[in-house]
Amino acid sequence: MKFVDEFRDRAIAERIIKKIERFDSLKVNLMEVCGTHTMVIFKQGLKGMLPRNVNLLSGPGCPVCVTSQEDIDKTIELAKDENVIIATFGDMVRVPGTNSSLEKERGNGADVRIIYSPSEALRIARENPARKVVFLAIGFETTSPLIAASLLDVRKEKIDNFYIFSSHKLIPPAMEALLESKEVRIDGFICPGHVSVTIGSNAYKFIAQKHSIPCVIGGFEPLDVLQSIYMLLKQIKEKRAEVEIEYFRAVHPEGNRIAQELISRVFEVTDVRWRGLGIIPKSGLRLKREFSGFDTEKELPLKTKKSKENPDCACGEVLRGVKKPTQCKLYRRICTPEEPYGPCMVSSEGTCAAYYKYG
Amino acid sequence: MDPAWSLPKAHVQPITNMVKKFEDNTKKILLAHGSGGKLTHQLIKGFVKKFRNPPLAKLDDSAVLRFKGKLAFTTDSYVVDPIYFPGGDIGKLAVNGTVNDLAMVGAKPLYLTASAIIEEGFPLVELERIIDSMNRAARVAGVKIVAGDTKVVEKGGADKIFINTSGIGLIDSGVDISSKNARIGDRIILSGTIGDHGIAILSAREKFDFQTKLKSDSQPLNGIVWEILKVSKKVHTLRDPTRGGLATSLNEIAEQSRVGIEVEQEKIPVKEEVKGVCEMLGFDPLYIANEGKLVAFVPQKDCAKILNVMRKNRYGKDAQIIGTVVARHKGRVVVKTSVGGERVLDMLTGEQLPRIC
Amino acid sequence: MCLAIPAKILKIEDNLAQVDMAGVRRQADIRMVSNVRVGEYILIHAGFAIEKIGEKEAKETLQLLREII
Repeated sequence: MKFVDEFRDRAIAERIIKKIERFDSLKVNLMEVCGTHTMVIFKQGLKGMLPRNVNLLSGPGCPVCVTSQEDIDKTIELAKDENVIIATFGDMVRVPGTNSSLEKERGNGADVRIIYSPSEALRIARENPARKVVFLAIGFETTSPLIAASLLDVRKEKIDNFYIFSSHKLIPPAMEALLESKEVRIDGFICPGHVSVTIGSNAYKFIAQKHSIPCVIGGFEPLDVLQSIYMLLKQIKEKRAEVEIEYFRAVHPEGNRIAQELISRVFEVTDVRWRGLGIIPKSGLRLKREFSGFDTEKELPLKTKKSKENPDCACGEVLRGVKKPTQCKLYRRICTPEEPYGPCMVSSEGTCAAYYKYG
Repeated sequence: MDPAWSLPKAHVQPITNMVKKFEDNTKKILLAHGSGGKLTHQLIKGFVKKFRNPPLAKLDDSAVLRFKGKLAFTTDSYVVDPIYFPGGDIGKLAVNGTVNDLAMVGAKPLYLTASAIIEEGFPLVELERIIDSMNRAARVAGVKIVAGDTKVVEKGGADKIFINTSGIGLIDSGVDISSKNARIGDRIILSGTIGDHGIAILSAREKFDFQTKLKSDSQPLNGIVWEILKVSKKVHTLRDPTRGGLATSLNEIAEQSRVGIEVEQEKIPVKEEVKGVCEMLGFDPLYIANEGKLVAFVPQKDCAKILNVMRKNRYGKDAQIIGTVVARHKGRVVVKTSVGGERVLDMLTGEQLPRIC
Repeated sequence: MCLAIPAKILKIEDNLAQVDMAGVRRQADIRMVSNVRVGEYILIHAGFAIEKIGEKEAKETLQLLREII
């Protein structure tokens, strides 16, 4: 596959590792923010290839994992309505809420459909005019422009049975929240490649300048990740704190303007709650007033009971890089991919799932 | 629509000729077809004429067969959705699947049974098409279908048609193939590309908006197994990785033989299109079902000649040595990744593509 | 989910493109990428193109990766 295979070359990997090994005087914690990066690192066995002085921490870049328990419970309540069809990306289906999950509700007769593109959700809405289609809009800046575009289409086509459960989040504020909590020492960030396609490298300048933390925007092939690590080490050694782009074949400093405009047409920034991180100011998106007709919060109000997280589930700490999954009481003993207790074990980008499957 | 999977014209007398004598509304399967009366008999007579063999033609309650030696006996049910897909259909799957289960213990498949549970309203012409397909698959595999059964259930009681096949085969003396027999030092040979079947099924489901030329790899493996046994009876383990894919099969063998397995990602053959779909949807080819591939665990010294004979067979031309059995990490499978890292290859957990076999 | 993969443009019709990913054909919404032509590569995420892939930049990246120092 073009633009994929060349970036998995073993000989080049060995060269980059040798470059990395030269920084043996440094002892650093590097955080990969994005869940997809976590997966590549584990799936390709990159941790074992790195020297001991480079420690990789997994961050909160898994959209399903950072969705609050209240939000999970709300989606489950929405599913119970027999007039509602839930359209969602796959991961959400098995996440356990306080009392149930979308998968369990499906077993009870709820109409929950897994889709791969928002256009499928529109198709479902067209084909089922008498029912309400609720799309679970959970994701970061890679996905929010697509949802915005889809809502503009829905409005143009005058589809009147389409709604979104709006739960988009923004990455840079979460990165700042982690730094400000000072729970864990982070010496450098591997920034998410595809979120950065949308927001551009300029969006991370404040991390480098205000907090003096080096940032490298990395692609998702194993060589991209290794090179990003090398670039971070080089910055740290040279006492620089800049935003560099390893993934410059797709990421530009100003990002994708059209995508940004789509987002700002439909959404506005707001404070939202992150699992494990609490409420982070200006870290999420909500629908603008003129689009409130699509908002389940306005149009399909629910009465939800109190939400509770399992007190032994360490997802929150794992998401902040404070604990490794192996340090969670439930990990592997009770919490497994077949019987997950928290979203980090369910999601295809969850840190616990990565440890369990590939560790 | 790409006619890649349309079936060639059947040479055997169509079943509808039998039924035309009776009422016109018998173009669909009715509950009456399962009641044991005249319509049932018409159906059975049609099958018998198609499958054409002496034990079946007797129409006794059981087929009576003679054997001498060690028998292998297996059964499997087929509920694949959709029932037609690029490269095959539920009938072909049902025959090849059971033939392969027998071949995987080193047996020469001889006789199969075929039972169908049919939903009321299922078109007769579709049933005929599936029967033709089973007939063709049985001929290619060299087996006879000697007993069968049909039941009809009300609308909603089954999804179109479910098929069960059981099979009997004979195992030569000196052949001892089992999942428990893998030994340290064994080389692991994979007969061809993985993931073809599962992805072909996905592409036939219209909810997935992509097009490929991929076909199911449903094919009988008894021929290639026979070729292997001809050059070496010392094959330790054979397995056809169906549901759960290659990863699950390797894990099962590692566990049952209490050995460690190491495979190399780069050596595992995967078609570009399978890679493309997997990248697109976030799947891993190692977990996708196959219906015409096998892994063979063979002693190091026989490896080259077995590989050679596999590659000469039409179903084994892409065969590769993909790994080794080791003493380390007993019960686990470890993959050397494309870039040279290492990671554990777990069994399939949780997520499973619905009804692909 | 940050899964996005490179695909080659085969045909363009307004805001939709027929693309090819290693022999797999599908449709993609290209309203977010401007000035793309048949034969060029784009990154597809959930049915939408999110950016064009610069072939020159890809080559440069590989060169950088190959460097020993």
